[in-house]
Amino acid sequence: MTSLREAPARLRAPAPGVPVRRRRGARAWALPWLFLLPALILFAVFKFVPMARAVEMSFHEVRPYLGDRWTGVENYTAVITDDAFRAAIWHTVVLAAGQTGGSLLIGLVLALLLEGAARHLWFVRTAVFLPTVAAMAVVAELWRIIYYPAPDGIANSLLGWVGMGPSSFLNAEDTSLWSVMTVGIWRGAPYDMMIFIAGLAGVDRTLYEASAADGAGPLRRLWHVTLPSLRPVFAILFTLAAIRGLRVFTEIFLLTNGGPNGSTEVLMTLIYKLGLERNELGIAAAGSMLLLGATVVLTLAVQALRRRESR
Amino acid sequence: MRTRADRYDSALGFTSLRGPLARVLQILLYAVLVTIFAGPLVALMVGAFSPVSDPSRLTLWPDRLTLDNFTAAFDRGVLRYLLNSFIVVGVGLLLQIMVSISAAYALARHKFPGMRLVLLLILSTMMLPEEILAIPLSLVLADVPIVHVNLIGTLAGMIIPVAAWAFSILVMTEFMKEIPLELEEAARIDGAGDLRILLTIVLPLVRPALGVVGIFGFTMIWDQYMLPLLVAQDASQFTLPLALRTLRSDEQAGLGVLLAAALLALLPSVLAFLALQRQFMKGLTSGAVKG
Repeated sequence: MTSLREAPARLRAPAPGVPVRRRRGARAWALPWLFLLPALILFAVFKFVPMARAVEMSFHEVRPYLGDRWTGVENYTAVITDDAFRAAIWHTVVLAAGQTGGSLLIGLVLALLLEGAARHLWFVRTAVFLPTVAAMAVVAELWRIIYYPAPDGIANSLLGWVGMGPSSFLNAEDTSLWSVMTVGIWRGAPYDMMIFIAGLAGVDRTLYEASAADGAGPLRRLWHVTLPSLRPVFAILFTLAAIRGLRVFTEIFLLTNGGPNGSTEVLMTLIYKLGLERNELGIAAAGSMLLLGATVVLTLAVQALRRRESR
Repeated sequence: MRTRADRYDSALGFTSLRGPLARVLQILLYAVLVTIFAGPLVALMVGAFSPVSDPSRLTLWPDRLTLDNFTAAFDRGVLRYLLNSFIVVGVGLLLQIMVSISAAYALARHKFPGMRLVLLLILSTMMLPEEILAIPLSLVLADVPIVHVNLIGTLAGMIIPVAAWAFSILVMTEFMKEIPLELEEAARIDGAGDLRILLTIVLPLVRPALGVVGIFGFTMIWDQYMLPLLVAQDASQFTLPLALRTLRSDEQAGLGVLLAAALLALLPSVLAFLALQRQFMKGLTSGAVKG
């Protein structure tokens, strides 16, 4: 296909130095930009201008009507030294790590158990996948009901069957973060499962046959053949989940709003409160920039790692 | 019948195990998994149609069914919230698809200086979600640069920012790259301009991509929370997901109303997914899963 398309072009290849394709003047040059214009304007207004404003605000004490006052890195030092921010950073990292790891692990197990082309498997996979397409706001309200802290609440009844509980779940400091994490894994694992299943479909079947011929059982086959083939999938899912995990907001806002007693306060809920409730815009912006920085570093690190591996 | 190839068509070989014991184990496992992941959603649906008084009464097997929760929910303005949601997702998705097609046409069918930079810029917006930009974004929404319009308190404020979405543009670009250039060149020789080529030749050929971009855009916009939260000033602008929190804390509304509203907020995205499942999976695995 490609060679067919390229051949005529090569036949009439012009002498070096002569432009390959005669431009139809400025119009031809401007055309792609015209088509890109709507997207570029929207991105500029709603992504890059806010981003620039955030950078600017993070170095200023923002005072509406009085004009901003340059404060250098004061906002950043305030963020890093503030106990509430430190706690929020810690909660964010624990939550992101737990949800990412938990979703990857459970997603992989689900994928291995539900891999296959049979129609009933397709049905089970679709049912398992539903939490992922449900709006987060719905998921949060649903889990608030499941976590209802009375002894006859749904989750507590289930715990009762296995002789545990009752727990206060979202309402107690020592269980709230784990309860939120469980919700995140419940919604995240099916997503990972689907990507893993797509990855599993791409694993060379002759490798399975060869490893069986060498006398390897299913578990050794999994370890030596399947998992190594899934490495790129792991990398993609890890990056995605880490980025999403760091900026977690909606589920915390709706499930606990940072409580009880700050035990689930994450960076985004804290920044939201600082910015929109306490009007500390400069400090809030500095917090956002640190979060953005962490996201960028994490993404680039995984990319670099992948590139080195694939070489 | 079990063939040799069967044994090697999955990593564990669990799903191709045969025999009565394996069958029982498989069915048991499938039942447990479906209950864990879909069960709560089914319970929500059942609860919305049954007289529920407190959160511990939610069940999969109701005594009797009723529509009372919905009539009570409609009394509390849920239809208004639902309408707002549909306006936002409808107009937002339409704009998003148009912007994506236009941008993708430039990226897939033209080579121009600065293209790599544009691609990099589009990719970089994926790291700039509404959450991280929340505070400066709310300032921009209150006074949009150059045109100086205040979008706070308007549905337009929830619609316009989602009109450009990097994922959608990149998926559309991938699909457009697949279309053979010859078709376009033939039309060009016949004197067709770029806009006509895009509308009459490229667009009909990327119809499968519209399904992919459409279903992802729909679930993405339906799931928006931060943006409506920043924009909405009072209940008349609430989208349904945003309204759930208010309904929950409304003492008089009761659990039934919350469940009915939550079901209405759940169904559109689930139904859209079920209807366009093939396209959804295509988008999920198209290598553009960086959304």
